Amino acid sequence: MSGIRIIEESCIGCRLCVKACPFGAIRMDGRKAVILDNCTLCGICVPACKFNAIDYEKGPVSNAVDITKYSGVWIFAEQKNGVPEPISYELLGAGRKLADDRKTRLTAVVIGDKLSDACEKLIAYGADEVMAVEDGSLAVYNDESYSDIFVQMIRKGRPEILLMGATTYGRSLAPRIASRINTGLTADCTRLEIDPADGKLLQTRPAFGGNLMATIICPNHRPQMATVRHKVMKPLEPDYSRKGLVTRPEVSIPRETSVKVREVVKTIFEMVSLAEADVIVSGGRGLGAPENFKLINELAEVLGGAVGASRATVDAGWIEYNHQVGQTGQTVGPHVYFACGISGAVQHLAGMSSSDIIVAINKNPDAPIFKVATFGIVGDAMEILPLLIKEFKAALG
Amino acid sequence: MNVIVCVKQVPGTNEVKMNKETNTIIREGAEAIINPFDTYAVEEGVRIKEQTGGKATVISMGIPSVAELLRQTIAVGIDEAVLLSDRAFAGSDSLATSYALSKGINKIGDFDLVICGKQAMDGDTAQVGPGLAEKLGIPHTTYVRKIEEIRKGYIRCQRMTEDGYEVIEMPLPAVITVVKEINEPRLPSLKGMMKAKKAEIRIMTADDIGADKDLCGLKGSPTQVVETFVPVHDVNSEMIEGTPGEQVKRLAEKLLSMKFMTVK
Amino acid sequence: MNYFLTEEQQMIKDLAAKIADEKIKPVALKYDEEGIFPRDIVKVLADSDLFGVYIPEEYGGFGGGIFEMALVVEELSRACGGIALAYAGTGLGTYPIILFGTEEQKAKYLPDIAQGKKLAAFGLTEANAGSDAAGIQTTAKADGDEYILNGTKQWITNGGEAEVYTVIACTDRSKGARGFSAFIVEKGTPGFSFGKKENKMGIRASVTSELVFEDCRIPRENLLAREGMGFLVAMKTLDRTRPGVASQALGIAQGAFDEALKYSGERVQFDKPISSFQAIQHMLADMAIQIEAARCLVYQTCRHIDGGAKSISKESAISKVFASDTAMKVTVDAVQVMGGYGYMKEYPVEKMMRDAKITQIYEGTNQIQRNVIALELIKSQKVSK
Repeated sequence: MSGIRIIEESCIGCRLCVKACPFGAIRMDGRKAVILDNCTLCGICVPACKFNAIDYEKGPVSNAVDITKYSGVWIFAEQKNGVPEPISYELLGAGRKLADDRKTRLTAVVIGDKLSDACEKLIAYGADEVMAVEDGSLAVYNDESYSDIFVQMIRKGRPEILLMGATTYGRSLAPRIASRINTGLTADCTRLEIDPADGKLLQTRPAFGGNLMATIICPNHRPQMATVRHKVMKPLEPDYSRKGLVTRPEVSIPRETSVKVREVVKTIFEMVSLAEADVIVSGGRGLGAPENFKLINELAEVLGGAVGASRATVDAGWIEYNHQVGQTGQTVGPHVYFACGISGAVQHLAGMSSSDIIVAINKNPDAPIFKVATFGIVGDAMEILPLLIKEFKAALG
Repeated sequence: MNVIVCVKQVPGTNEVKMNKETNTIIREGAEAIINPFDTYAVEEGVRIKEQTGGKATVISMGIPSVAELLRQTIAVGIDEAVLLSDRAFAGSDSLATSYALSKGINKIGDFDLVICGKQAMDGDTAQVGPGLAEKLGIPHTTYVRKIEEIRKGYIRCQRMTEDGYEVIEMPLPAVITVVKEINEPRLPSLKGMMKAKKAEIRIMTADDIGADKDLCGLKGSPTQVVETFVPVHDVNSEMIEGTPGEQVKRLAEKLLSMKFMTVK
Repeated sequence: MNYFLTEEQQMIKDLAAKIADEKIKPVALKYDEEGIFPRDIVKVLADSDLFGVYIPEEYGGFGGGIFEMALVVEELSRACGGIALAYAGTGLGTYPIILFGTEEQKAKYLPDIAQGKKLAAFGLTEANAGSDAAGIQTTAKADGDEYILNGTKQWITNGGEAEVYTVIACTDRSKGARGFSAFIVEKGTPGFSFGKKENKMGIRASVTSELVFEDCRIPRENLLAREGMGFLVAMKTLDRTRPGVASQALGIAQGAFDEALKYSGERVQFDKPISSFQAIQHMLADMAIQIEAARCLVYQTCRHIDGGAKSISKESAISKVFASDTAMKVTVDAVQVMGGYGYMKEYPVEKMMRDAKITQIYEGTNQIQRNVIALELIKSQKVSK
């Protein structure tokens, strides 16, 4: 029987577990800890206890598989119009390391139409093998057909690890597949490594808006599935002399899907999307008026970056929701993040604090954004922005 | 048209303070709230019900006290609230949660559409919507920002993508997960609040919904947390002083010296 | 502090607070700046059923009293005293109907007001009839089944935005204060138009304008109470609604205090948050003391009125004077605590200071209120002798 209990003899009443519990589900009763009914069995208290006084029994899990029958690392290579998305190369970078550590092969799975160029590139970026499923009906991503095909491939190929991008499509496809084959899936991993002791995949991800990191394993089910956010993993330098195998797995392609993608509409025409941008210039209420976003656009253009926005400006209708950075918008991790006239509410910080360099421009010297800023300028964004645009225009030609 | 909306209780704040000496987290006064993303799902469910007739039901899985939170959804127009609550559900990961919800939804029965929020604020996984659709054996679309048309057996909606949106058609019943762009949730009305106060929240156990306990909770969860830690953000903040002109010059010098820009 | 609200009163207060925080706060500065009427917020208030809290249940309301209305006004005013006035002004225009309306009048007007479909306004003040309400020049002349109204009302809250107006006019000049009568006039009645819209120092989201009557014919059934009772209608209404102004003042004070307190914890000078300095601490303490005292007084006055007390003029005047003077002091101090930032339009306290001022002036200046209080005191002395 799975469950959790306090070993009273070992508990010294130090309260460490009480503080560690994110759900307030442990209380002190006299000098002993007591676990309350609202415990979710998350297990966070177990490592927090320095006295091994928490007995956490997971019991036999259901649907366990013979994990020895699974081998190889797979990544899902997303592509658009036959061109792999940057996330695919990042996944190959992460997957290569895992495959080497496990002394196994790295395979890229690519589904779409007219993929020969893509296959070549995926090999150059580190794949030992590319399994390509090509069909005219697969040119545009479709949840139903892609998941059907992928599940067939997994059942046949039995990978031990499967990585996908934490993209719009990846975050839809991965849970659908995991649910069908009854395996574990860890979302938005920021670190993936092989446990040298037992070869398991250690998947580390942020929780509670990035305020806590959790390392998660999937011990008894295969494949071990994880999604990875943009910009978290580094791609390898492409090597076009690398040799790899391109295979065409035999799968049945659904001829008629109930889900139909009728139209694909582009509304953001910038060169780079927020998720993939190396530089993001974001504007907040401090800009004063919606029309002042043109300065944000201009700086972003000069720097070849994307435009971000605070929740307040999106709520006020100054800019579209697709631009919103933060907990209720997108999580980004560019090399440089400019926060212009953004005070830096925790919800905003949760979406951008992993940026390498943060530049904050704000009138209020006490604004919380300065606490995470690499460089801070106390001043009016409307005064600083035109100067910055001029300066970078001159410097970058 | 009958709509079922899935909601989750989450802590009201994600702020985690760290006790530096013990390397443990301190969470203070975190009041439980309905996952903010789910409030858009509730609003959309109520709107569909109002437009097409039928019933809007919320379902949640959690500890018994979640029942009180579900009253808030009745105050904004939900007809009935169902809470799956059983020790057997404790420790569920997203797979076990998807399973339990699917059993609960099938128990409620006779539904056209299931709506979930895009993701939960505490876990941020966005996995339950698609996972649930799979367990129910029906199609799904994530990140829906607009329902263009809905009628018996048919939905056409817009899915938000990184650079725009797609128009997707599905047969009903189906599952959608919604982004906040889809609507602006209404505030409760006094009449709604009065109704919520008196409403009966149905609480169902694993046995009530005919769930296989081996597939619930910890036992039904392939993933395990083995370690948690508070990330260290070591920020060496540097305030750049001077006149605006000087500030900008110095900032540009620093950034350019880091060669942060990829050549475009 | 436990104010011993009933469960329903707490629910009303919580709902109003939610609207204030989520819907009004984000737009308060914009409305103040632009001086436009907050139609979208009125819609939110209507959808929330709050317009009905003080209206009897048989007319689609919740059957509460002045206290319920005051709780709403207080919470809304915390975010914006001007926007709150669209609500409070409707209360002022509606109370004559609640107090003196016939069954037919109530059935005709109250349900729409309770649902927020129609706003109301109260037309008493004129250019020459401010503190001296007896100086009213607007006339109503009986003519068969109708009255003909002529004259101009000035500084009317919700003027032009409301659909239902209760107006005091002179029906018999020879009788002095006993020659006034109260009427219900609907927007759109021929001969009824709106004059100048005022540009005000504060409460700029509230609309204040002239009501112009030029041979405006209204049916006889729109007379409230009887001919000659107009002055009584006005005074009885104001006695009841003064705690509404008091709660508006209270809310403004609370809003300013909240801002000052928050700021004092964030603002660092001499390497410390300014809240660590005693000079600031004492100001904050004084603000809190006054607000708490005002709240206890206002709540108790509301209970006194809703309890059916006969004598309420003095009590309602006391609560209005104390709460409005408190609002003025507290908002001035809030600006002081926040220093230069407090003086800037990017922070809300300078607006709150401007908003607070009107509460000492309208619905009877605080000087007139003191007259009322003193008069009642002297009267009671005579009675007891």
